Parts: sequence; C-alpha cells; structure tokens
Amino acid sequence: MLSRVADSLYWIGRYIERVENTARLLEVNLQLMLDFDAFDDVGSEPNWQAVLQTTLCVGAFYERHETADSQTVTDFLTFDRSNPTSIIGSIHAARENARMIRDQITEEMWEAINELYHFVREQNAEAVWHDDVYTFFRRIKGFVYRMQGLTNSTYVRKEGYKFMQLGQFLERADQTTRILDLKTYLPLPETQSVGGVADGAGWVAVLKATSALDAYLHVYPADVQGSQVAEFLVLAPDFPRSVRFCLRQIDKSLRSLSGTDEGFFSNPVEKTAGRLRAEVAYTTREEIEEEGLHSFVDRVQRSLNDINNEIYEAYLALPQIDLEAEIARLSPEKELAQR
Amino acid sequence: MDFTRYSVENYFDEMFVGSAEPRSHYRRLFEALQQLSEEEYQAKQRAVDHAFLRQGITFTVYHDQEGTERIFPFDLIPRIIPGREWNHLEEGLIQRVTALNLFLKDLYHEQKILKDGVIPHHVVDSAEHFRPEMQGVKVPHDIYVHICGTDLIRGADGDYYVLEDNARCPSGVSYMLENRQAIKRAFPRLFPRAGVAPVANYGDELLRVLRHIAPNGNPDPTVVILTPGPYNSAYFEHCFLARQMGIEIVEGRDLIVQDDRVYMRTTQGLQRVHVIYRRLNDDFIDPCVFRRDSVLGVPGLMRAYQAGHVALANAVGTGACDDKVMYYYVPRMIKYYLDQDPILHNVETYLAGEEDDRRFILENLDKLVVKSANEAGGYGMLMGPKASKEEIAEFRDKIVADPRNFIAQPMISLSRVPTWSREHGVAGRHVDLRPFVLFGDKPRIVPGGLTRVALRPGSMVVNSSQGGGSKDTWVLREDEGPIDDGAATQQQSQSL
Repeated sequence: MLSRVADSLYWIGRYIERVENTARLLEVNLQLMLDFDAFDDVGSEPNWQAVLQTTLCVGAFYERHETADSQTVTDFLTFDRSNPTSIIGSIHAARENARMIRDQITEEMWEAINELYHFVREQNAEAVWHDDVYTFFRRIKGFVYRMQGLTNSTYVRKEGYKFMQLGQFLERADQTTRILDLKTYLPLPETQSVGGVADGAGWVAVLKATSALDAYLHVYPADVQGSQVAEFLVLAPDFPRSVRFCLRQIDKSLRSLSGTDEGFFSNPVEKTAGRLRAEVAYTTREEIEEEGLHSFVDRVQRSLNDINNEIYEAYLALPQIDLEAEIARLSPEKELAQR
Repeated sequence: MDFTRYSVENYFDEMFVGSAEPRSHYRRLFEALQQLSEEEYQAKQRAVDHAFLRQGITFTVYHDQEGTERIFPFDLIPRIIPGREWNHLEEGLIQRVTALNLFLKDLYHEQKILKDGVIPHHVVDSAEHFRPEMQGVKVPHDIYVHICGTDLIRGADGDYYVLEDNARCPSGVSYMLENRQAIKRAFPRLFPRAGVAPVANYGDELLRVLRHIAPNGNPDPTVVILTPGPYNSAYFEHCFLARQMGIEIVEGRDLIVQDDRVYMRTTQGLQRVHVIYRRLNDDFIDPCVFRRDSVLGVPGLMRAYQAGHVALANAVGTGACDDKVMYYYVPRMIKYYLDQDPILHNVETYLAGEEDDRRFILENLDKLVVKSANEAGGYGMLMGPKASKEEIAEFRDKIVADPRNFIAQPMISLSRVPTWSREHGVAGRHVDLRPFVLFGDKPRIVPGGLTRVALRPGSMVVNSSQGGGSKDTWVLREDEGPIDDGAATQQQSQSL
C-alpha cells in the first residue's frame, strides 16, 4: 500500500472518531449545565473552559470569543471552520482524505462519509442552536456509527483496515484520557465539596461522555465515585473505550502490520506501544491514586504522542524528495556529459 | 410527459422525424415517457441528481471562487443508436485509430509519409505536441494511442462526422458508465427490455490493454494510474477507473526512478511499476525533459520509458495527431497507410496556414467556426455566425499573426435530442458523441459512449466547463431497434 494512502486511512480513522467524541462531549456538557440552576452563563464559564482544555484549544477560542458559554463553545467546537478540531473541520478533513483515496475504500464507506459531509454543510449553526441541538448531535453520531459499522462490515481486513484501526484507537485512547482529565479542570460550585452531589454529577458526566455509564453501573451498581470511574476508564479490560482496551487494539494492529508475534517488537513503534500496553495492564487503582490521576494521564498521553510519531517514521512518512536534485540526477544532459 | 409542443425545427432530431413521429428505435421509450406525468419525471430526475451528489460523482470547477465540486448535469432522456448505425461507426473509428497508430509509428521513425509528400514537413515541425524525444524510441507492439476519445457529431443531413480525435488523455468514460447505472435505477422496468448493449466491461477491457503493453511481455505486470491529484477536475474519473480495474492510483510524488526503473513508495518499501496509465499530459510527466516547473510528474520517467523499462498509455507524443491542423490530414493517412477510403468523414476544414484557404477564411469569418490548433474544452474558438464584430476582428488579427495555429470549418448544426429542463419542459438540445476506442492486441470499442448535450437553448457548446451536460448513450443490440413482442410491449410501455 502506498504510504500516502496509508496516511489518509490513518487520518480518516482518527478524524471520524474525533467527530463522535467531540459531539458526545458537547452533548453531555450541555446536559450537565441543565442539572445546575446555579450555573448561569457566567457561572458556567469555568465549566466550558474545562471543555476547551480537554479539546486543547483554549488559546484559539479566546482569539475569537470573549466569554466561554454554552453557545460560543458549542459554535466554536462544532461549526467553526477556522478551528481544525471542530466537528465540521474534522468532517471536512476526513472527507477530503477519503476523496483522495476514494479507490481504496468501499463504496459504502465513501458514501457514508460523503453524506455526513453534505449533512453538516447544509446545517445552519443558528438554526441548529435554536431548534434542537441534541437531535443534531445525535444525527452526527449516527453518521459516525454508520461509517464505522460499514467499515467493519464491508472493508477487507488488510493493511488499509489496520491503519484505520490504528487511527481510530489511538484517537479514542487520547480522547478517553483527555475526558478523564476534564474532571481535573472541572470546578466545583462553592457550596459543594469533593464527593458531594455536584462532584457525583461531574463523574456521571465523564462516564456519559465516554459512553461508559451503563458498562460502569454493571460493575459498580449505583455507586459513582471518582476513583472507581478513573479505574474503570483506564483499566477495564473489556470496555471498548478504556485506555487498556484501546492499547491492546493498537498493539495488535501494529504487530499484524509487520507480522510480529505478541510480546515481541520489530520496530520502535511496536516497542513503545507494547511497553505502554503492558504498563497499563499491570497498573492498579492504588498506584494511579498514588501518582495522581492527572500526572498518570499526562504520561499516557505523551506515550500516545510518541506512538503517533513512530507510526509516521515506520510507515507513513515519505522521505522528502529533493525535486531539484532529482532533476539534476536524472536529466538527459548529465548522461550526455558523462559520455 | 408532454411532447405536443415539441418541435424539431430545422435540425436533425435523434428521436423524431417531423415533430410528432418518433423514429422506430425510439418508439418504445417515447410511449413510456408519454405515460409519465411531469411530476413523476421530475421525481426521477431529482433522485438521480441526489444519487450523483451522494456518490460524489462530481467534477471540480476551475476559476471558481468556491473551488466547488459540481455534479455533471445528467438528462434522463437517452440518446439511442440503432445497432446497424453503430456498426458503421465502429468500423469507421477502428479504421481511423488504426491509421493514427501507423502514422505515429512512422512519424517517430522513418517519416515516410513526409518524404512521400503526403503531409508537408512544416506541419509536423510546427506541431506543438510533436515530441522529438520520441524519435527512434520503440514502444510495445508499436501502439501509441491505446485509448482514443474521438468526438463525433451529426449534421443536419444525419451523417456522422469526426470533429476531433482526442488521442492524448481523453476523459469522460466514467460518466458513460455512471450514467448507465443512473438510468437503470431511474427506469428499472423499461431498461431490461430495451435491448441495450452493455458497457460495464469497459474497465476489464482497459486493463487488458494496459497489461498487453507490459515491458518484455511481462505476464504479471504492476499497472497503476497516474493522476495529477485530487484537485484535478477529472480526479473522480481517475479514482473510478482505478476501482474498476482494481489497480493503484498514484501521484507523481508516490513514484521514484532508480536505475531507469520506476518504483512506487509503499509502506513496505519500494515496489516496481511496469505500466502507467497516465492521466497527465506530456508537458507535466517528467520535469527533467519537459516542463521543469512541473511538480506533478516524476523526474527520470522519460529515461525509464525510453529504456523500455516502463510502458505508458497513451504513448508520449500522441498529441502530434491531436493537432487540429494534423486532423486535416487524417483522411490522407487512412489512404496512405491502409489504402482505404475513410468510412467516417472529417468536417470540411480550411487551414489558415495555406494561402488560398486563409483568404477564404478571412473573407467568411462571420460564417465559419474558427479554432486554434491546440486548444480544447471549447476554448480559443470563434463561432462566426454568433460572434460580435469585435470578436471577429480580434480573431482576424490572431489568424493573420499566427496562421499555422488556426483552422476554420463551416458551422455544423449539431443534431438534437429532446432534453428536459424546469424552465422549458422538453425541448431539443444539441449533442455530440464521444465513443472510447481501446487499442490493445486488437482494437475494441465498448458499444456506447459519452453523449454530451448543450443545455443552454440554442447553444452548440457541449463542454462541461461551459454549460454542457450529458446523457446515457444506448446502442441497441438489434438492427431494427427493440424487439417488438406485441401485447407484452403494450403492457410494458405503461411503466418505466
């Protein structure tokens, strides 16, 4: 497979996953706002700042907006084309990548992405905001699930699929850790304390934002506590959005690209991914608490970045061709001169 | 649909003789269309347009601020060609492309046709797309034009004429195939009974041609399609063909030349490439030899090609016979190489480079169509009868300044096919026809082609960049049109 094609597939995987996560994060936070009358527009600012923190775009946001409230943040993370991490920006990028490698994906996958693209293009931000913002996010998520489902049911399990999987799970691991971190930035209302009602609602929001509430409650019935939530989202072996689960997928995809056995590595990225997978698998809740969630999450995120960079080095980065040098090397004049 | 106000006027109409009488090969479609209400027809048209958008069957508009993709407007009423008529076209096209290939081989080797004075030397020397780099280069099986998109038109007399040969990188074949899909969905009951010859095997046939020209008869060559990239207006088609053939689509930056061999850069390292279906004109394919500023091409590609380590389709240098002045000489090529009379005729052509012709052209600019020798897409053209005084004066100056680069032809009233629009209902619109000739172990033509239609009332410019659309082209398997099976026909004609 061409490196350029693999690169596009990897990014389609990432962007599509990112769209869904951003949509869910916004949806959950909008709902969280409804739970607290005390959070008027001014009171909610720290909350929305936390959302901006987790999506890594605080600076860019304040270049365009004065205050962070439900509408400005939602607009910025949904419809603002100048924000490359916005939903519309990610959809645009995913679709452009898909268009470039149109021949390499199935008709079903292409049409799913293309329809999502035309759907958001036709939306008017104002109208969405005033009509029914939840329906809008639900439809966005629906398109994403369709795309991911069609990928699973129509795409051959070859190299291309593995690069998409890599992109998807790397993005998902990254998003899950960032949403966990959200709680670090989430302020508590003055009258509340850690472990209080608002704290509990905050953790419920984190679980919802990772689609983990049902799965969590199966393990810990009616008992939403911060340390348990963190444990679940990091360490749950079977929950498909936990960091551990994502790392296992990343490790498997990488090794199947090169045909390397479990527990071995054939290049730097397999080494980093395998080591991180093992480290997380052999970590306990107590150890995370001892280190501090934020610090632990930060460390995982740095390793995920390393994995991204090392994937590039192993597979995707085309060595830059110096066109002038190539022309000089291969021009007929040179050949004549040598003769 | 209401045809009662339809008028063929003074044109050759593909569907009607006079204004009310459908030609026999159109009768069944005509009856079915009549059963259809305006609303039902519009609903079908909308469904088709939406499907094209959903599938991303679009082209990029150049010079458009939005840089947007548009769908190529598609009209549901097909152009139908009876089998016997098609056989005649097929013979004529094969004869023509055969002669072009013989000519190119001669041109780049012995140049007998020039030495024998059939074509003047100066015409070749001044042809913009003649490539001296190809002199003496052997190409596999001596085939230069592997894919030819000859444009045919039909005049008021109903005769077909060749308008131009398009022997470089003809595009549009994806629309031939997608239009067929669309029409099958729109007319699911009529279509299977209409007796239309299939076109779906084009991809297989094309791949067969490309494999046939593999260097050294390699039985298992790696074939790729080389595209200028996603911003090219025909990118959809490049991807489409790659999918049809199951081959890789590559950009120049994906390829590299080492030891005069071409490789693509994959996740598993370099992989050898043997045959390149390039959708990039000569000028851009190799910055070492042609345009140095081209970042779309592959440095060293010509060396690998000249050394015979990679095959290109079409060959480099086929533009020499695409030149509109060279077009004038194609009937002579047919006579010279094949000793046959041309089956398909040229449009009568005057060369501004010849003194007598030039005088005639300059005296009759208001009656003629003037074309520059190497422009395409409907650009660089003067439609005398429709032009303003200023435009005519401007072309007069251009012709006097550079006579070699202009030809003139009488204005041909292109034939028309009924075409629907919201504003005008069903009305006659002018069409041309581009069949695609494939030349491998032997020449083949998939029975069909791209029918382009000028959607603006009265317009004869069919190019997509200038308000053109397209239609499906039905070549009927039977000489006499669809099989008439009596009562069944009656019933089937009730519904589309």
